[in-house]
Amino acid sequence: MLKWGTNTFSTSVDSVPRAVRVGLLGRVHLDLPLLIALLLLCAYGLLVLFSATGQDPHKLHQQLIRLGIAFAVMVVTAQIPPWKLRRWSLPLFGIGLTMLLGVLALGEIGKGAQRWLDLGVVRFQPSELLKVAVPMTLAWYLAERPLPPSGSRTLWAVILTAVPVLLIARQPDLGTALLVAGTGIVVLFLAGLRWQPIALLGASAVALAPLLWYFMHPYQQQRVLTFLNPESDPLGTGYHIIQAKIAIGSGGIYGKGWLNGTQSRLEFLPERSTDFVFAILGEEFGLIGILAMLAIYLFIIVRGLYIATQAQDTYGRLLAGGLTMTFFIYLFVNTGMTTGLLPVVGIPLPLVSYGGTSLVTILAGFGILMSIHTHRKLLLP
Amino acid sequence: MESILKDHSRESRLFAKRAILAGVLVLAAMLMVTARLVQLQIGNYTHLSTLSRDNQVKLEPLPPTRGLIYDAAGVLLADNRPSLSLEITLEEVEDLDTTIDELGALIDIGDKDLKHFARMRKLRHRFEEIPIRTDLNPEEVARFAVNRHRFPGVAVRARLLRAYPLGEHTAHVLSYVGRINEQELKRIDALNYAGTNYIGKGGVEKAHEDLLHGTVGHRQVEVNAKGHVLGVLKRHQPQSGKSLELYLDIRLQQDAYAALGDRRGAVVAIDPRTGGVLALVSRPSFDPNLFVDGIDAADYRALRRSPDKPLFNRAIRGQYSPGSTIKPFISLGGLETGTIRATDAKWCPGYYRLPGHTHKYRCWNRGGHGTTALEKAIVQSCDVYFYKLAQGMGIDRLHDFLAGFGFGKRTGIDVTGERRGLLPSKTWKRRAYNQPWFPGETLIVGIGQGPFLTTPLQLAVATATLAARGRFIRPRIVRATKAQGPEAKHEFPAQIRQLPLSSRYLDKVIESMVKVVRSNRGTAKRIRTNAYSIAGKTGTVQVFSVKQKERYRESEVAEHMRDHALFVAFAPVEDPRIAVAVIVENGGHGGAVAAPVARRVMDSYLLRTPPPAAAGEAAGGH
Repeated sequence: MLKWGTNTFSTSVDSVPRAVRVGLLGRVHLDLPLLIALLLLCAYGLLVLFSATGQDPHKLHQQLIRLGIAFAVMVVTAQIPPWKLRRWSLPLFGIGLTMLLGVLALGEIGKGAQRWLDLGVVRFQPSELLKVAVPMTLAWYLAERPLPPSGSRTLWAVILTAVPVLLIARQPDLGTALLVAGTGIVVLFLAGLRWQPIALLGASAVALAPLLWYFMHPYQQQRVLTFLNPESDPLGTGYHIIQAKIAIGSGGIYGKGWLNGTQSRLEFLPERSTDFVFAILGEEFGLIGILAMLAIYLFIIVRGLYIATQAQDTYGRLLAGGLTMTFFIYLFVNTGMTTGLLPVVGIPLPLVSYGGTSLVTILAGFGILMSIHTHRKLLLP
Repeated sequence: MESILKDHSRESRLFAKRAILAGVLVLAAMLMVTARLVQLQIGNYTHLSTLSRDNQVKLEPLPPTRGLIYDAAGVLLADNRPSLSLEITLEEVEDLDTTIDELGALIDIGDKDLKHFARMRKLRHRFEEIPIRTDLNPEEVARFAVNRHRFPGVAVRARLLRAYPLGEHTAHVLSYVGRINEQELKRIDALNYAGTNYIGKGGVEKAHEDLLHGTVGHRQVEVNAKGHVLGVLKRHQPQSGKSLELYLDIRLQQDAYAALGDRRGAVVAIDPRTGGVLALVSRPSFDPNLFVDGIDAADYRALRRSPDKPLFNRAIRGQYSPGSTIKPFISLGGLETGTIRATDAKWCPGYYRLPGHTHKYRCWNRGGHGTTALEKAIVQSCDVYFYKLAQGMGIDRLHDFLAGFGFGKRTGIDVTGERRGLLPSKTWKRRAYNQPWFPGETLIVGIGQGPFLTTPLQLAVATATLAARGRFIRPRIVRATKAQGPEAKHEFPAQIRQLPLSSRYLDKVIESMVKVVRSNRGTAKRIRTNAYSIAGKTGTVQVFSVKQKERYRESEVAEHMRDHALFVAFAPVEDPRIAVAVIVENGGHGGAVAAPVARRVMDSYLLRTPPPAAAGEAAGGH
């Protein structure tokens, strides 16, 4: 059974109310190294995007506005102390789940998939909320009892993840479903789940693969089949893979130069400003340009993991670690897909791809990381 | 406190271990991606950059060949005609005006061609060739071939153009194909239509678009920077569309069209045994071939503005009051509901008054029919009898009974654009006008006038249902897909609904309908024949309402205000093989104008030598 207890640490660590941080950002809760890296990445991304959109100033302008909003959300989120976030975890999860059911029930049909909830003024994608709510809820739930989690706790954590994942997969949005599933697994892993249950989970995942297959829509099944044999469908998804390979490979070490990519200009590469923007980077900036961008990503991830280890309670640690690793999964799935290592799953290159939906959630996640890091209190040894 | 702190540091250490493991995982994944990038950008660089710069791998869709359409006897109604055209790829032409001028000196390019070219230019996709001249003759092709080097971006291409050899005779049945427009683009499967330029715009061409279109194929080709194909890497053959075999009998269709003469009207003929539509005629018609490659604006304007509305498909979209042709059905309703008995006589003084009202509902025969029982009422089409019958039955029962024959709803025929007509009811009146139903309206519905509207197709289907003794079959134009290579012929199954009708009453009504033609006092006596037996019913529908004290004189009324002439019939009565509905707009009297048209149609079908073979086969199968 699920036992809703109260957290026993929270009061004990609050005993010394003195902030650790001083200096320029002393009053605003922001992590400077993370902020600089994120800004650098976004600027680099805009450069690539300008080329990928066919030098469309309107699209660039739109993306700038989205970035502005997303960064604002990040700054605001960073000001919320972690104990408040912890308290909001479960309600947020409940709201997200309800909206997800709402989308399935009366969701507006867009692109043949039901992902949007029309709230009159804005259209909102509930699955985005769950990208943050799932790690928050798991962190809250697992942090209630000493780690590593017991068998029944693990089982409940798996269920807490599986329900939204299946609902999202049903929308169908396989990309987001995989991300949320990945988040859940990462939080459990960071919570110190013993190797035996990990092996068990892995085995059951393999066993459940046919079930997932059933939940997939024909076009998703087609993508997996195409990944296994790209040549089987050179007109459809296989075409993306082939053209992306040509784009990246023809970039060589130094690239063809900014705005000089031929694959993109001749419109050989589909979705070049969204999911396949990495291929444009490879074509125009070459291996060096890609490695530069990967270095920024790596810095952000390492910084995130560092923040996680420095967090003062289990909730903060699990949440920070979970969010950081989700960001990594984004990166790995997108780059893997573009280079042909993984099947084509509709996941954007985080903070670079054109489109605003994931921008806000990703940067809100980094806001939470900054909050966790900057609201630390000095501990008495 | 101490234990908590101890736990805390233990958990912290556990987490740190896992975080480091996670970091290692991240590094490993990044190395994997990097290794892959090195492989692509250094290892495969030469190969991939060659592909990218010099020889682009391009995928070309291979559009499927559209299925053909044949009539019941195998006559080709929709063909794909090869046509050589001179086409320009705008991206490859440096100076378009000069190119066109120089081409004009070589090959005759008219104003119409130029206009067509200008219009196509707006609709085209990138790198799509636009024809500047179609149907080149061999001499013109040769002349261009010699000078080809002077015209980069211009080429002669063979295309298949849809052609309708029987033109106006099939226009309202098959409709035509035309270029895919914006709205259609949103609806269709973009992948399957890559390379397809045409789509069914109406009729059978639209209703069976899925079957006719087929499945796209593709070839993977290497092209150089100029777009010239260097070689084909891979080829996946398209699957051509299915050819269709119709129930439609083109000979009958043509005869029916001719029978209408130069009047406006419609003829629908159905085989009551199969529900197959033998003829679906709407006159005047138009040449569908004009539309295939984009109709000239002036031609289109002429068609649109003609007062005879040649583009209007009267057979399925024309909505007319059925007039007296509805009387056999109402008679059956009266008998089935027990409102009347066949032997009960009513008195017709030439008019009818509702109790307590002064308004006279007139019979067409001012002098009155006197004592009238069912048979006489049908044979002489007595209105007063049916006023009384309708009043006795009431609008609700009238509505429900007639709905069984398909009035007031779409028949579901596989020709797009069908209208549903209007079978009045209390609910309808409330919804449409927010008014209660008046008793007088029931009387008007009883003689098939007022708001009651039917399409010629609905009338033909109802008549066929009567001929088939209550077996309602959803009408169909297409009988089967033709056998193609290894694929067997596929026949479309009939959708049948049996109406619960008593045999005795059916016999009585049909017998009366026979006398409409055979009796000396019958309204359709002039089409009497000994060759086969006919059951029919005339109808004459007011277009223009005559005031209470006036009389309608045909000669005094403008042509477009004259009565519509209607006739429904089936034959031979013993074993019905054809049911017909005819409407002649502003034709005058049904018996005088519409019945002879129906007779010619039935003659064409039943007296032909040799007898219609395909239909006989179909009958054997059922």
